Amino acid sequence: MNQRNPAISKGIDWLLVWLYIALAAIGIISIFAASYREGDEIVESFLSLKTDYSRQLLYFVIAAVLATFIVLTDSKFFTATANLWYAFGILLLLLVFPFHTSVKGTNSIIRFGSFNFQPAELCKVFVSLALAKYLSRIETDFRKTRSQLIASAIAVIPAILTIMQSETGLALVYFSFFLVMFREGLPAIILIVGFSLAVLVVATLLIEPNILAIILTAAALLTIYFLRKQIKRKREYLIYIIMIWAVCVGVQRFAVPFMFNEVFQPYQVKRIYDTIGKDYIPKTQADAIQIEQKTKVKKKGDESNYNVKQSKIAIGSGRFIGKGLLSGTQTRYDFVPEQRTDFIFCTIGEGFGFVGSIILMSIYFILLMRIVTIAERQRSVFSRCYAYGVACVLFFHIAINVCMTIGLAPVIGIPLPFISYGGTSLLSFTILLFILIRLDADRQMVLR
Amino acid sequence: MSVFNQSRSNIIRLIFIGIFFIIVVQLFNLQIISGKYQKLARDNAVYPKRIYPNRGIIFDRKNKAILNNTIMYDLTVTPSQVKNIDTLELCSLLNIDTAEFRKRILDARFKNGPVRPSVFEDLLPPYMQAKLEENIYKFPGFTLIERPVRVYPFNAAAHIMGYVGEVDSNILRKSNFFYQLGDYVGRSGLEQYYERILMGQRGMQFLIKDNKNRIQGPYQKGEDDTLAIAGRNMRTYLDIEVQQLAEKLMTNKVGAVVAIEPLTGGIIAMSSGPNYNPNDLTGSEKQKNYANLQLDVAGPLLNRAVNGRYPPGSTFKPLGALVALDEGVITPSYGFPCGGAYHGCNRPVRCTHAGGGHAANLRLSIANSCNAYYSHVYRLTVDNPNMGGVEKGYERWKDYMNAFGLGNRLGLDIPSENKGNIPDTNVYNRVYRNSWNSCTNLTLGIGQDMMLATPLQLANAMCIIANKGYYYIPHFAAKFDGSSPDDSLLNKFRVKHEVLTKISDTAFNAVIGGMQDVVDIGTARVARIPGIAVCAKTGTAENYRMIEGKRTKLKDNSVFVCFAPRDNPRIAVAVVVENAGFGATWAGPIAALLMEKFLNDTLRPERVKEVERIAKANLMPAFLVREQYREDSIRAFKWFKLTRDTSVIQKYLGRSNSKPDSTGIPKNEKGPVIKNNPISKPKQTIKTKQGSAIT
Repeated sequence: MNQRNPAISKGIDWLLVWLYIALAAIGIISIFAASYREGDEIVESFLSLKTDYSRQLLYFVIAAVLATFIVLTDSKFFTATANLWYAFGILLLLLVFPFHTSVKGTNSIIRFGSFNFQPAELCKVFVSLALAKYLSRIETDFRKTRSQLIASAIAVIPAILTIMQSETGLALVYFSFFLVMFREGLPAIILIVGFSLAVLVVATLLIEPNILAIILTAAALLTIYFLRKQIKRKREYLIYIIMIWAVCVGVQRFAVPFMFNEVFQPYQVKRIYDTIGKDYIPKTQADAIQIEQKTKVKKKGDESNYNVKQSKIAIGSGRFIGKGLLSGTQTRYDFVPEQRTDFIFCTIGEGFGFVGSIILMSIYFILLMRIVTIAERQRSVFSRCYAYGVACVLFFHIAINVCMTIGLAPVIGIPLPFISYGGTSLLSFTILLFILIRLDADRQMVLR
Repeated sequence: MSVFNQSRSNIIRLIFIGIFFIIVVQLFNLQIISGKYQKLARDNAVYPKRIYPNRGIIFDRKNKAILNNTIMYDLTVTPSQVKNIDTLELCSLLNIDTAEFRKRILDARFKNGPVRPSVFEDLLPPYMQAKLEENIYKFPGFTLIERPVRVYPFNAAAHIMGYVGEVDSNILRKSNFFYQLGDYVGRSGLEQYYERILMGQRGMQFLIKDNKNRIQGPYQKGEDDTLAIAGRNMRTYLDIEVQQLAEKLMTNKVGAVVAIEPLTGGIIAMSSGPNYNPNDLTGSEKQKNYANLQLDVAGPLLNRAVNGRYPPGSTFKPLGALVALDEGVITPSYGFPCGGAYHGCNRPVRCTHAGGGHAANLRLSIANSCNAYYSHVYRLTVDNPNMGGVEKGYERWKDYMNAFGLGNRLGLDIPSENKGNIPDTNVYNRVYRNSWNSCTNLTLGIGQDMMLATPLQLANAMCIIANKGYYYIPHFAAKFDGSSPDDSLLNKFRVKHEVLTKISDTAFNAVIGGMQDVVDIGTARVARIPGIAVCAKTGTAENYRMIEGKRTKLKDNSVFVCFAPRDNPRIAVAVVVENAGFGATWAGPIAALLMEKFLNDTLRPERVKEVERIAKANLMPAFLVREQYREDSIRAFKWFKLTRDTSVIQKYLGRSNSKPDSTGIPKNEKGPVIKNNPISKPKQTIKTKQGSAIT
């Protein structure tokens, strides 16, 4: 199968490589389908570097070269320099503040000539490395709260910096590292509480406050009724239940309204409402004006309701086998905004239909499952943690992005890995994946 | 430590599987179960464009196109592309000011948005179009767009052809939304009657548009597109030269002319006075012109040939004779001793002749137009003892009239025809409280009483006589090029209506001979054409009209009916000129000229002078001037009350100076809405209290 020097290619997981190539190819074709204009000379425009798809091809070539370098590097290099890279990443994020260029309403981009560089994208790699490094330290006892807090800080600090650059979407990705920590022993209760809180917040928005309060109270009373024997034996249970009830109602009655009225910007509130399918009525005239201005200025996710609608139309109209490459009217004639970047999945859904979508999702699914399998076969904790980091980052990106295009998640501007147009994004994911491939190739080496 | 949390890898796998499962379910829901998105996508991107075919061309009997298609130009603007243009120059080309320019650009932006073209000025006059065409390169964003328009090359036959206009909500509903807003549809005349055939078949073109509604190209390479099929051309019986002559002769006259080919029922010419130029209702000025025509009290939009109701007067007499002959109450040799009046009833009916055996037989009675003879014949018919009572007899007589096409609609192929009037027995029962007899409506026998007929009905009656007993429903359409089931529209015009079956040839010849005598030795000598035996009957009918609430007697209507040649008649004509005196003075010469033009295809040189003489004669009733003045001043007052704008009402304020009399020419070609120009009074009058100044 391979003609390379067996010393280098030994132990490389070729399945991952092929999946990577397949995804990148799908990406270039999709960008081509979304931005090709009738009458362009195809070969010429692929080489001209003037079109998005030709540039994406260039990025892919650069990424391939970079991947080769990574594969040629000694895996110990990554372990050794992980913290250094993290420091470098934080530095980059900080450099953004004085040197950023405002593009499409985000402040997270540094511009070198015509090349836009987004440190927030790249930083995921460094966080993965740093988190793996920290968790794999022999002196780290992850059962201790202190360790858990430090690990959390490693993930959350770049997230906060990214939020400060108005890239909320990318910042959310850093929370995927909590799944890694969960694998390494973070108590499940934290994830469950986090998830429950999210559900409660959504329920608060969807259901009338009083009705929700009644439902919560009823649930608490029922629990007390069913646990009455245990409660007789142990009084603490009753206190726990009442406390949980109080927290829930508190969140629902006070915390959420407070957040929405005081903390979030009106346009953000509107976007959240759009996602769950409710009309948001601005409370004051000023809020309405701000929403209007924001939706004008902010291109990413502007009129998110319209975007989601058009995106659903595009995907839905693909039916079973799709309309064929270059035949999708929704994507060809710009009905779906941001269709080369965040809404690239529409092009696939419309052009290749259910079959194409399922094939793409299958590729992603196989990729993720393979990475988890790889993670579990590592003998080194560092490699395992890193592998989980990769899996979780990819998973988060895929899930949020696809759910957003099919109307299951709010419009959060994050790219679809390996497919969305964008140099930084493709290069970051390539580096992320190929470091894993390198680490995995050396899994037989001494336990670190 | 790796062993410690091994099971958690499965939980993570489960989370992955769960989320992917949700995604797949939602994809399945969107792409397979829910069918609405395909339609939504199509609605988004596909713009169905209607392709309008050319309407059918209408030809006359000599294959001259009398209603044709032409291209006019609309100036459209795409606001977003308008940059750095010399606004002043464009405005001067279009004769607008810059304020109007800005307003129209804003309107266009508002209506269609900045990136789509909207009409800036529609139906440019040719000179404007030519100037713009040369300079259009200077005005980016402006484009001249072709638009098919109907054109009438002979400037004639306005009432017959009708016009096309945009559909209104009423037509939309009636058509079951076959038409759409903005479609053009025949609104009157042949354009309306034969709309289905003339319109052709619309085509559909499916175009792709992008998110800003810009056209990007054909949808699916145009495989769903359908071609537009042009409307079918129509051949008519009209002779456009005769038609033009008729319209020329009716200049400045109120009345109508109808000429029919008796053999087929095909209408050769039909003109109504006053008339208008059909091309006035196609170009850019059409709104204004239409308003002017609408406000003209003489009613140029009214087609008097099918809507004017006139007492036929003496022209009815041949018909009265035919009914009596068919009923067998008289024979051609039947005579009546007329001594100058009919004394059979309480009030005598006077006759223009006295004694001398002027009604010694049927032929003589027609030649001399004896009132007494026909009053008597009417009574004989109605009081026929075989009938049993006057009511039955009258019913019988009325059936004849209806069979002749009098008193009901003939059903020709242009819309809105009047029935004329032949009263029912109910009417007489009501008016005379059930006590009436043949004396009550005696003058029906000489075409008066309540009898009213349209010029078309009179011409059709002539066809019955010319054909010796039958007629075809008068119509314009001879045939359509090609064939289709829609041709069944013409079927009713192919049905022969045999209305007089019991009359012998000799009896017919007596009537026809009498009519020929009218021309040769009687009142219609003006209608003689050398070498052609013309049969005619003059009529003079009293003309009453309600003017300002009073029933006023006006100058008599001049009525003339005729056909020629006597054997194998080719043309039957009826002419009515209101307010013109004897039948032979104006109506007769008009009919004679038309017959000569049609039969000989040309006019003798000395007759051309006659044409000019008649065309120049102004027989518009004087009361129209006054009425127009009243209407206009009332409207001016309403306008003033509404807007406080004194510019229009000024000229009506000087009461003493504005005595409209019969000398004024009622039709002022240049005047906009207000037609009269009485001397306006100095401005001071307006400054007094508004209510008192204007009375």
